[in-house]
Amino acid sequence: MIELQDATKRVGNVIHIKPTNLTLQTGHFNVLLGATGSGKTSLIKMMAGLDPIALGKVLMDGQDVTRLNTQKRKISLVHQFFVNYPHMTVFDNIASPLRVAGMAQSEVEGRVEEAADLLQLRPMLHRRPHELSGGQQQRTALARAIAKESRAVFLDEPLANLDYKLREELREQLPDLFAGRGAVVVYATSEPEEALLLGGQTALMEDGRVTQFGPTADIYRNPENIAAARVFSDPPINVGHITVSGTQAHLAGGGKWTVTDIADGEYTVAVRPHRVTPLRTTDADVELTGRVIVTELSGSDSSAHFQHGEDAWVSLATGVHPYRVGEDHVFYMNPAHCRYFGQDGQRVA
Amino acid sequence: MRTENQRAWFFVLPVLALVAFNALVPMMTVVNYSVQETFGNNQFFWEGLGWFEQILRSDRFQAALGRQFLFTFMILIIEVPLGIIVALSMPRKGFWVPVCLVLMALPMLIPWNVVGSMWNIFTLPKIGLLGYFLNDVLGINYDMTQQPLSAWITVIVMDVWHWTSLVVLLCYAGLVSIPDAYYQAAKIDGASPWSVFRYIQLPKMKTVLTIAILLRFMDSFNIYTEPFVLTGGGPGNSTTLLSIDLVKIALGQFDLGPAAAMSLIYFAITLLVSWLFYTLMTKDDAE
Repeated sequence: MIELQDATKRVGNVIHIKPTNLTLQTGHFNVLLGATGSGKTSLIKMMAGLDPIALGKVLMDGQDVTRLNTQKRKISLVHQFFVNYPHMTVFDNIASPLRVAGMAQSEVEGRVEEAADLLQLRPMLHRRPHELSGGQQQRTALARAIAKESRAVFLDEPLANLDYKLREELREQLPDLFAGRGAVVVYATSEPEEALLLGGQTALMEDGRVTQFGPTADIYRNPENIAAARVFSDPPINVGHITVSGTQAHLAGGGKWTVTDIADGEYTVAVRPHRVTPLRTTDADVELTGRVIVTELSGSDSSAHFQHGEDAWVSLATGVHPYRVGEDHVFYMNPAHCRYFGQDGQRVA
Repeated sequence: MRTENQRAWFFVLPVLALVAFNALVPMMTVVNYSVQETFGNNQFFWEGLGWFEQILRSDRFQAALGRQFLFTFMILIIEVPLGIIVALSMPRKGFWVPVCLVLMALPMLIPWNVVGSMWNIFTLPKIGLLGYFLNDVLGINYDMTQQPLSAWITVIVMDVWHWTSLVVLLCYAGLVSIPDAYYQAAKIDGASPWSVFRYIQLPKMKTVLTIAILLRFMDSFNIYTEPFVLTGGGPGNSTTLLSIDLVKIALGQFDLGPAAAMSLIYFAITLLVSWLFYTLMTKDDAE
């Protein structure tokens, strides 16, 4: 377990991480999800002890490690770059932290081979990193993290530099690799899809803050604020402005539907692209008319970017749909999936 | 069916002409002299490999070659480790980076004959700042114009002063290209500073270091101007390096045949050592 208590990071006068409270548990993935520059790596470095903490505390398994140096925290870190010792074989690379820790040779061999088997590195054990593919290099780095049996494993966008196929493959394996090892696994990514696929808990990060933390699926379904809704959506979530009077919501740019439990006033409405479709799905669907700007076809899905009033919206639907760029199309939005946010960005309904 | 565009050759011609004029033609002239004897009047007599044999057997050449190897060896053994140490201790970011880089680059910007003159004036006993300081303040008997040892030390120190920067700058470039991630990984493993150097910095510097050593070898093995201006090869023949001896034979005695043969032997040695070194250093990567 890792606990952050008002942990703050400052470089000069710039606050990189605002006071953060977070408790990360073992047994599942803890995903830090946020755009580049949102503070994921900074947060990891703080927990890993690579960067000093300006204020607050870091606890590991109840022990205050705030002033403890990195090595003594018993952690592993896998970067998005493939970091291995260039002139050591794969075996020596995996073994290096164990040897530094002064482990007996027989035990080192056992652990290295176990990790190598898990990551299918057995045939490459005597090669050097530059003789390996990117995927194998990153497997080596992962094997090193596994062999070490750390209290915490930090994976900082470990798949970012792999090509698509390898990424999918390794991502599927990741949860199994760390299951039952008793380490807190922290996984930083900028891709919402990865967070969903890895499951576990997700901390949404924006501008040096954790904006929301909880089970990944809950956060996806119920973003607490507009920022969280935006972060956790790819393609970007559709955002529009509505005026509520009585039980009627009027969308700027056209379209109205019935809402309950929302006081009169101006709100922001957010709805995911796959809830805006070219075909009617329910009787409650609201018709939205917009001029198609761009269309994309990704095999099984079609997406259309359309101009709705002053906002650019996206529709994502299964199947191939014949959009004509530059022409008006009617899209259907199910209001049941709309999320409403007040002027301050906080969720109201 | 194949279409060949022979016009492409025309675009290579200027380069060919240039290389021919600045390398091939002079080189072949030397080859030509090396197998002939002349007594002036543009009359030449076939000598075969006689000059080569004479040069290789001569004590004078062997002594100069020995001095040359000793000089280059001393230069490398001092400049390479020193360069690495300086590069390691230079700041990697912040205000002092450009300051350090400019200071490092300064000695290399000074023309070679000026370096020789500077050090000559600097080290002359009685007159020079260093010469005066060593002799009259510290009481060390130092005179590079009279004592072979003093002359050797001065020539080596001068070269170290002039060229260590090259090693520093190349190593520094290698060092700054190492991503922080490596240092973090080492920190997490708890690697000692020596391990960081041995297993991260040194391997990552290998390519630039190979180039640095190669350049320093070639430059120091072919060095002429600075020792010539500083000591003129003296006292006696004690600092007569290969190139200084070569110039004495070629221009002093006007023995064109032996000088040409010596040039070719000189060139072959430089080429062979460079090739051997480069092949050994890059062997691992090619495997």
